[in-house]
Amino acid sequence: MEMFDLTLVWAFIIGFGIMMYVLMDGFDLGLGILYPFAPDEDARDVMMNSVAPIWDGNETWLVLGGAGLLGAFPLVYSVFLPALYIGVFLMLAGLIFRGVAFEFRFKSRRNRRWWNRAFCWGSAIAAFAQGAVVGAYIQGFPVENFAYVGGAFDWLTPFSVLTGLGLMAGYALLGATWLILKSEGHVQDWAYKITPMLLALVLFVFAVISLWTPFINPLVWERWFGNIQLIWIFPVSALLCAFVVFRSVQKRREGVPFLATIGIYVFTYLGLIVSKWPVIVPPDYTLWDAASSPESQLFLLVGMVFVIPIILTYTAWTYWVFRGKVRVGEGYH
Amino acid sequence: MELDPLVLSRLQFAFVVSFHAIFPVFTIGLASYIALLHGLFFKTKNPAWDRLSLFWTKVFAVVFGMGVVSGIVMSFQFGTNWSNFSQASSNFLGPMLSYEVVTAFFLEAAFLGVLLFGRGKVPQGVHLFAAIMVAVGTFISSFWILSANSWLHTPAGVELIDFRFHVTSWSEAIFNPSFPYRFMHMAVASFLTGGFVVAGVSAWFLLRDRDPEANRRALSMCLWLLLFLAPTQAVIGDFHGINTLEHQPTKVAAMEGHWETSGNVPLLLFAIPDQEAQTNRFELGIPNLASIILTHSIDGEVPGISEAAPEEQPPVLIVFWGFRVMVGIGLLMIAVALTGLVLRLKGRIYDKRLFLKGLTAMIPMPFVAVLAGWIVTESGRAPWLVYGMMTHAEGLTPSLTGPMALFTLIGYVLVYAVVFYAGIYYLTRVVRNGMLPEEERDTTDENFKRPMRPMSAAHTPFDDDVDPVRS
Repeated sequence: MEMFDLTLVWAFIIGFGIMMYVLMDGFDLGLGILYPFAPDEDARDVMMNSVAPIWDGNETWLVLGGAGLLGAFPLVYSVFLPALYIGVFLMLAGLIFRGVAFEFRFKSRRNRRWWNRAFCWGSAIAAFAQGAVVGAYIQGFPVENFAYVGGAFDWLTPFSVLTGLGLMAGYALLGATWLILKSEGHVQDWAYKITPMLLALVLFVFAVISLWTPFINPLVWERWFGNIQLIWIFPVSALLCAFVVFRSVQKRREGVPFLATIGIYVFTYLGLIVSKWPVIVPPDYTLWDAASSPESQLFLLVGMVFVIPIILTYTAWTYWVFRGKVRVGEGYH
Repeated sequence: MELDPLVLSRLQFAFVVSFHAIFPVFTIGLASYIALLHGLFFKTKNPAWDRLSLFWTKVFAVVFGMGVVSGIVMSFQFGTNWSNFSQASSNFLGPMLSYEVVTAFFLEAAFLGVLLFGRGKVPQGVHLFAAIMVAVGTFISSFWILSANSWLHTPAGVELIDFRFHVTSWSEAIFNPSFPYRFMHMAVASFLTGGFVVAGVSAWFLLRDRDPEANRRALSMCLWLLLFLAPTQAVIGDFHGINTLEHQPTKVAAMEGHWETSGNVPLLLFAIPDQEAQTNRFELGIPNLASIILTHSIDGEVPGISEAAPEEQPPVLIVFWGFRVMVGIGLLMIAVALTGLVLRLKGRIYDKRLFLKGLTAMIPMPFVAVLAGWIVTESGRAPWLVYGMMTHAEGLTPSLTGPMALFTLIGYVLVYAVVFYAGIYYLTRVVRNGMLPEEERDTTDENFKRPMRPMSAAHTPFDDDVDPVRS
């Protein structure tokens, strides 16, 4: 039976799911954050049209991740959710409002103003809450006897506010580069204009976080200034990607900015993982402490092996069907 | 006043799950109905079946969408408010809930898109297959969630070591003693819900003389279905009750308002249970009937509520009256179905206006019955979260405070109030718009590139002054 370590398999599945979620829901949340700054209502139509067919598929990964955590790493589920109680509520409320706004904005005129607001605020709050989760994860949680013992707002610190705002900026950057890919004319001009500003903002926040993290967390300090120098490849690659985003926007390339932004995310994410590995509920619990029983992991793995390829195929097919530019006044409905 | 996080969390869970439950209970029944309509159209080529299936697929799309939105919240509730329970039961419930989610997504990914948007673009046989798979998928999904729920009532196949459940037998845990009865009871409840909604809406259309051909067919087949299912549900309910008597006698005693163990138990029609005094006020009942129903013998002994210590008793008033609401509506359903049979024999089901109005008024009733039934079974388990093994208090998140729980309870009520007001309002418009005439159907290729999401299958505008080009 001990042919392979199921906990590692599950760590990979959950890690992959979170990455997929962040990248895919990231750009559509980002468009919501950029929404109030759009030049006109036509641009807003294009922004929404560009993600309308795919956003709910993107959120599939969130629910899959939530249920997967309960099945494979219950300690993560039963510590993170109580610790982030208020934040989780705000995130869910935000996601619900923007989801409904997607459906009803196009079907209404008189009430459109309200659905616009629901879309923007819902996206912004959900993005902030997710960023704060990252911050809270880096900080760690007071846990006794496998249960969270801290207060309702322990997660809300200057550091987690910074990571919350950082992720908002990061999602906005993903949204802007996605818009470059999917739009043309004055909407695309606007997206080109804001991308360098957002990139500068993201780099600034990431720099502050990177400098701050080792000082609040000795484990992270040791990891980065210890023996394994190979891991510096991740932040260096992330910076390289940032440079590519900057250059390709100057050259007005259409696809490269988005791909390079994804690169920034992937390398930052890998950097975060190596900072903490194998601790999953900081400061004390590792992946193996947090795991459910091997039989449960195996039982669930059977289903996942079957379903994940199907979801990936479906996702790829949907993106293929809705490829190409979204033009003003056409597309959805 | 002291804010009790336990009471508030239970209220919140009851609120969120009740709101969620009304959508799947309808879509499960409706999915099978749509598959049946597809099959009839496939076989007979009568366009009336096609019109009906197109119309009900639109309704299905909106209701399914709202079910998904409210379901997302559910998958986080266990962790936020019941973290000790989640941690303790994760070895079994984690995979169960994950499989439920995975089934739902598999279904959506593979077949729902074809059902909603494939009309005229995929071969008719493929479309029929997708409709059947969606119907089957809704049952597989409810299989997992009802197995998980039944396990809370009749836990089996596990051992509790250091406040953590370890699965000793997956088959015993999944097919735990109350699961077959609960699954059957719920499946038939879904069919009854779908049947009464379709019958009520068809009656509403017939009263206004809209598409009488299709709506007469729909009404007629629904009434046959209800005539068969409404009495069947009573029989299944009886079996379910006897199973509960075996495994959770206190719950049955509370349902009957029966305090002291005795034989010759009357069936109470009315009573006001008084938990403090451990007795009933104003009893009005039929002698010996409860003994007959529960033990199938005229003087059969039925254990009373007082077999459990007062702190281990469920809230009797809620369980007692919830049960009466459910059974009362069940009897009303049987009466309506029988009335339909009598009118059919007289050849008057389509023009007896009072009957059609009655059917329209019945639309909310199955939902009320389902919620009442769930309130009975869930409240009746109290104070146990996992029956006999873990109480609600033990399962609660230790760090949760009263104000936190109150904040999210109010928050969810507000969010759902806005979202579901919009949803129900929109659904009413979709239904009122009725079935589109043949020539307004969209089957052009251009539409194939439309978003494959549930609600976008309905094209009804949200408010009146919408730009027609956009809708």
